[in-house]
Amino acid sequence: MERTEVGDKAVDALYQRLNREAEEGGYHLNPDVGFTKDLVRSLLVNEKRYGYWACPCRLASGVKEDDLDIICPCDYRDADVDEYGGCYCALYVSTEVLEGKKVAGPIPERRPPEQERKRLKEEASKLKAKGAAQPVSLPVWRCTVCGYLCARDGPSEICPVCKAKKDRFEKFIDVGAAFSVTVPVWHCRVCGYLCARNEPPEVCPICKAKKDRFERFL
Amino acid sequence: MKLEKYAKKVPGKRKGDILLFALSTCGWCRKTKNLLDTLGVGYRYIDVDLLDGEARNEVMAELDRWNKAHSFPSVVIDDDRCIVGFQEDKITQAVGGGKN
Repeated sequence: MERTEVGDKAVDALYQRLNREAEEGGYHLNPDVGFTKDLVRSLLVNEKRYGYWACPCRLASGVKEDDLDIICPCDYRDADVDEYGGCYCALYVSTEVLEGKKVAGPIPERRPPEQERKRLKEEASKLKAKGAAQPVSLPVWRCTVCGYLCARDGPSEICPVCKAKKDRFEKFIDVGAAFSVTVPVWHCRVCGYLCARNEPPEVCPICKAKKDRFERFL
Repeated sequence: MKLEKYAKKVPGKRKGDILLFALSTCGWCRKTKNLLDTLGVGYRYIDVDLLDGEARNEVMAELDRWNKAHSFPSVVIDDDRCIVGFQEDKITQAVGGGKN
């Protein structure tokens, strides 16, 4: 693997774009601009190397299917921002960190080790093969201000639609509830966005994750 | 010394055998390198993302002995103990920041 170089102009352009998209979706980039731009540069390096934005702080396999969960923003971002104030590489931070009330430090790895990931994947595909109606695997949260729904461990820090804070969310559906649906419901593994349609969207309207980050929810 | 052919050497004060497993793209790995540079200690590092195939497997097999999560940075000291993550205080203490 050769060392890859990326120009400053490309880094600045992507930084501006990610910053805008983050704020629109209720997320924040790390306010340490130098540190953050280095991470953005690394995303572009990984794009050249692998064809996708593999997390700069994790070792990508180069096989997209195996790296899907660590394509930035990764599947673990929201839980880490919620618990520690920053994601694993600290590209994304909480409002507290943005406002300087807390510092985003190094955090433990939430991604399961390789063997565990394989096991979980096999389990999921077995369940799918059964074809039975699956109960809800994550709680669904409802923004009481605008009605936005998302399925995730906890509510969004900021509602991506109306910008209401976390404390305006309520638990709408609990884990284990079973539903029959007329149209499949898709779940964005990155931000929790839900939508009912035959196929998942090309791009998540909330966090811009691609179609391959969606899974069937109901 | 282990993994001699893959490690890059940074000269400095001799504080034992310090081997840093890192990624060239990682912000915390960069901070770890900067810390060791600032402390002025000699160390070796391997940017694992720049290795392919057998070389990567060999290095990861060694990292597995120290850190089952295979996360970066991992600093192995004297082939005896490992500090996982950019833990500034622990690293400084372990490589004897200060005394020569």
